[in-house]
Amino acid sequence: MKTELICAGFGGQGVLTIGKFIAKAGMKEGKNVSWLPSYGPEMRGGTANVSTVVSDEPIASPIVSYPDILVALNQPSIDKFGESVRAGGVLIINTNMCPKGCKRTDVQIIAAPLSDIATEIGSNLVLNMITIGIIIGKTGLIKYETMEEDLNSFMKAKNPDLLAMNLKAIKRGIEIGKQ
Amino acid sequence: MAKILMKGNEAVAEASIRSGCRLYFAYPITPQSELIEYMAKMMPKVGGVFLQAESEVAAINMVYGAAGCGKRTMTSSSSPGVSLKMEGISYIAGAELPCVIINVQRGGPGLGDIQPAQGDYFQATKGGGHGDYRLIVLAPSSVQEFADMASEAFDLADKYRTPVMILADGMLGQMMEPVEFKPAKTQEEIDELGKQHNSWCICPNEDGDKKHHHEINSLEIDPNVLEKHVNDLYAKYAVIEANELRYESYNVNDDNEILCVAWGTASRVVKSAINELKAEGKNIGLIRPINVWPYPYAAVKAAIGKKVKKVYVFELNTGQMLDDVKIAVEGKVPVDFWGKVGGIVFTPAEIKAKLEACFTKEK
Repeated sequence: MKTELICAGFGGQGVLTIGKFIAKAGMKEGKNVSWLPSYGPEMRGGTANVSTVVSDEPIASPIVSYPDILVALNQPSIDKFGESVRAGGVLIINTNMCPKGCKRTDVQIIAAPLSDIATEIGSNLVLNMITIGIIIGKTGLIKYETMEEDLNSFMKAKNPDLLAMNLKAIKRGIEIGKQ
Repeated sequence: MAKILMKGNEAVAEASIRSGCRLYFAYPITPQSELIEYMAKMMPKVGGVFLQAESEVAAINMVYGAAGCGKRTMTSSSSPGVSLKMEGISYIAGAELPCVIINVQRGGPGLGDIQPAQGDYFQATKGGGHGDYRLIVLAPSSVQEFADMASEAFDLADKYRTPVMILADGMLGQMMEPVEFKPAKTQEEIDELGKQHNSWCICPNEDGDKKHHHEINSLEIDPNVLEKHVNDLYAKYAVIEANELRYESYNVNDDNEILCVAWGTASRVVKSAINELKAEGKNIGLIRPINVWPYPYAAVKAAIGKKVKKVYVFELNTGQMLDDVKIAVEGKVPVDFWGKVGGIVFTPAEIKAKLEACFTKEK
């Protein structure tokens, strides 16, 4: 079993971090993982994307041509990667920043106003945690418990309030993913 | 030890420190900046020296000096910076000093760009600096292998008293994969390693004998002396060529119809294409040279099974290792090449299409 994921959005939305947490959780669950960021003379507000692979088998290419899951936090991400999602794959769309959406009918689309929901939870910084929750709820790629343990390990002592907000965001995402 | 998710740049830096490197000199450049950052952070903690030199030229000459003291020393850079180091590398090879140089390649020529490329193969394996010399060149294809190669590189450098290069690229430097480290060498072990060089290095002997005279030099004015020196170097290189060939065979079997040859990052993408085509009943093998100098010519030749109609080379350059593959194949079968340049990494889908085309043409 191999799952290929592309997360894309504006720099600052935390797309690289989504991939990093998924890769780290996959590793902790005994899977092979790779995390390959786009990099360049980029800045906050520019575009960013990351390819993450979680696999039972050793990973050959960390470069993803056809993702099983696409996280698109803004419209340019759909325009760039929307067509490449495997038929039957999952496309997670932040409707707040994707006015045109995606016209594909052969993929499972989860569209939600992720920016609004993040603000409602307490900070637009948790947008990426909601997304991780959706991935957990929809695909079961990683376990909630692994995420919780990981966040606990570096946030519990330092910033318990932020930890609680992040966990709330993941749980909210799981609900959305299960709908 | 549990696995850690780390960037290749950080993993190789950590592994170098664990291998006993305590003297690191470099100048920042993308896409290897995490390496120098990691060294800046960690070297003081282990009592080592981190020095950001005023230039790449200065950094490699600091390595020259440190290596002359018989200590484990290293520098790292990316393509344009490595070009600047070439004079120093030639001097170090000429003076027969052990050191490690890491090149996290980016697009060239000139300043090029900062994306992954393999355009420094010629420079690394065929010279780069002036004169008759060779570097041992290790080419990793994963973060784990990149890290493992740090200790291998230092061991080889010590064993043969020669500079060793790890030839990675921006993708390996920037990507994260799980990595497991070997235990760190203790100070006693590091001191012990240093002693193997006491017979020639410029540091005083343990017994405090400061009268002995060791010279570190690459200048031999007398042509007859220089001739002997170069011949001695090449006698050493012949031993390396006999002992240090390393490659990976991937899905190589008697029923291969195509044999691919690819190294480093490129080989990862080729493997994905091979896996996908295997599921469709197409049998393709891959030889991945792990050491690109010395080059595993015999292994490439031996992997050409009876049914192989073509050897296909894929690189992130315009065909540099291709020359070595042609030497290995000795005209037995046609050799084809496809590559991407400009810092663009080909995708599994692109390689698959290239390989599929070989099968349709036959029919």
